[in-house]
Amino acid sequence: MTVALEARAKAKQTLALTSNYAAAYAAKAADVDVIAVYPITPQTTIVEKISEFVDEGELRAQLIHVESEHSAMSAVVGAAAAGARTFTATSSQGLELMHEVLHIASGLRLPIVMAVPARALSAPISIHGDYSDVMNTRDTGWITLIAASAQEVYDSIIQAYRIAESVLLPVMVAYDGFLMSHTTEAVELNDEEEVRKWLPRRLDRPNLLTPEKPITMGAFAMPDYYYEIKYQVQEALLGSLDKVVEADREYGKAFGRSYGIVQSYRLEDADYIVVAYGGASWGNAREAVDEARRRGIKAGALRLRVWRPYPAEEVAKALAGVKAFAVVDRAIAFGAPAGGPVYIDTVTALRMRGIDTPGLSVIHGIGQRSMFVEDFVKVFEMLKDGERNKTVYMGLKL
Amino acid sequence: MKVVYRAIWDLPVEELFASGHRACAGCGPAIAMRWITKAAGPNTIVVNATGCMEVTTTQYPETAWMLPYLHVAFENAAAAASGIEAAIRTLSAKGLWRAGKTNVIVIAGDGGTYDIGLQALSGMLERGHHVLYILYDNEAYMNTGIQRSGATPKYAWTTTTPVGKAIRGKVQEKKDIMGIVMAHRVPYAATATIANLLDMTNKIKTALEYTEEGPTFLHILAPCPPGWRYPEELTVEMARLAVETGYFPLYEYDHGKVRLNPPTSQIAADPKRKKPLRDWLKLQGRFAHLTDAEIAELEREVAANLAYLSALAKAFS
Repeated sequence: MTVALEARAKAKQTLALTSNYAAAYAAKAADVDVIAVYPITPQTTIVEKISEFVDEGELRAQLIHVESEHSAMSAVVGAAAAGARTFTATSSQGLELMHEVLHIASGLRLPIVMAVPARALSAPISIHGDYSDVMNTRDTGWITLIAASAQEVYDSIIQAYRIAESVLLPVMVAYDGFLMSHTTEAVELNDEEEVRKWLPRRLDRPNLLTPEKPITMGAFAMPDYYYEIKYQVQEALLGSLDKVVEADREYGKAFGRSYGIVQSYRLEDADYIVVAYGGASWGNAREAVDEARRRGIKAGALRLRVWRPYPAEEVAKALAGVKAFAVVDRAIAFGAPAGGPVYIDTVTALRMRGIDTPGLSVIHGIGQRSMFVEDFVKVFEMLKDGERNKTVYMGLKL
Repeated sequence: MKVVYRAIWDLPVEELFASGHRACAGCGPAIAMRWITKAAGPNTIVVNATGCMEVTTTQYPETAWMLPYLHVAFENAAAAASGIEAAIRTLSAKGLWRAGKTNVIVIAGDGGTYDIGLQALSGMLERGHHVLYILYDNEAYMNTGIQRSGATPKYAWTTTTPVGKAIRGKVQEKKDIMGIVMAHRVPYAATATIANLLDMTNKIKTALEYTEEGPTFLHILAPCPPGWRYPEELTVEMARLAVETGYFPLYEYDHGKVRLNPPTSQIAADPKRKKPLRDWLKLQGRFAHLTDAEIAELEREVAANLAYLSALAKAFS
């Protein structure tokens, strides 16, 4: 504890950073060895900042200027297999191009960390933010955190290395493209030496590629083994929630900031709860809670900080017994029984526990369509007026 | 090329590619794997693209590889190898790599190199990673059942270029992959076959030595009995004839210089020493439908390619 307090006392620098720069500073603090990144909006300023760190000699790492995102993920897979601490970042089409290798990274149990400023998908091409790209990675076996501030991006990426290297699964830290990636906030940076002490090297992984102990990685599995290997990924991913909690708690002790796996706002006596993720939605939801309460609605808000594994217990605990909830999704699950991908997860989490709190799927902020606080207040009013069991496309011009 | 092995008894005895793998009888690529691993030695990491060699050698929980081995996917072996090489460099600088000097070798088939993996290969060559990329060329997607690739020769039958009434076999010519690699101005690139053993193993040694400077490349012709449709005992003979007929010239690109190797150099100097292409074609079911006119056309193309390479060797000697 004394050590932890000293670490906190050693702090620290507070800089005005975008979430992208915060991500780059976090990767530097983690003393990553290999970075492979390909430029894409709105990710690009991460790789620009990291290039500065490497070229200035502030970060002792190999920066691979790959020729595509597919190669970016492939290169960090190779580097992580050889035991390097790795980092990459992308958005949108880049994440789609990586998709094949995302499954391989988790199947090979490699502790890769990736930042994803979330962006809409083509066509039509849009450089603006929503979470369509992140939601498409749902079944890739990655642990996925969704941050709501630049400070949280910084802290989550450092925590992500602790999580990834203990669970042996890759971790993605997502956040709002543009609304966070390109907006500046105050970020308190940790002492880098302290971060490195907090993230000791693990050179004893069983899945390491070295002539010292030759192993075959990426083998071919027939029907007699394939299922068990994939089941182990499922087991590890579900079990990782405890590690996420633990990493966050330990981080809090060492550096004074922690977040939990869900965050709540004025839930104590709430009748109606809006579930949200990402910075803009969370900010709006909290403002709307205050406004709705001024209008006489007992409103509350819940933020998912972890999307995979889905924090089902915590969400169920918050939503059991309230009159109704809504999930505001910034992505569309095309053709699904409800429009919002996280809404579908949430309803499933409740039903799997026999909870029948009625819900509303709200789609908003698609292609960075402006989301106003008043829109979120309206969601509370709809819930109060008995709107249930349907999908609402907010902000749509028809 | 540096001559490390002067005779067959100089070649390494230690086996690093185990028997008992599931490749076909008479598999040309499997012969290549055996000699690649012998020449490279145990301090080597192999990155294998999806393909015959990956599928037949790594069936869980067994493996034929006595070296550290990674398979990621089809199109990205060069990118994964870039990452491994970068990892070794950084970890060595930080004192965290304990295995000492380690070779990184990509092994990929023609589909994984000419076609789907070309972008990753180009990126790796352009960035100058210290990696040896070995293409084993059996001239089609044999793993999925003999479909045409950019490496399949003109007129060859494959399951996606069947011999029909309207179109008879592959329409296009084989891609000049060596030309593409040489255009990246790498320190070293060479062709080889599993029949010319000393030439191949010395080229592997040379290429590995030059990876100190940057990426190197080997194009190894490795015949495939079911794909080319010849009796499996003829695999080595098929590779030998491919060279002796001038179809597959042996040559090196060494720091900007082009050099023909024997027996290609002798054939080029004295075309009378060149065996008729027909001798090679007639042994293969994939060319069984060829007319005399088509054979004559292929023979002219072989001669033109030899003339082109001779001119390159003369211009860049």
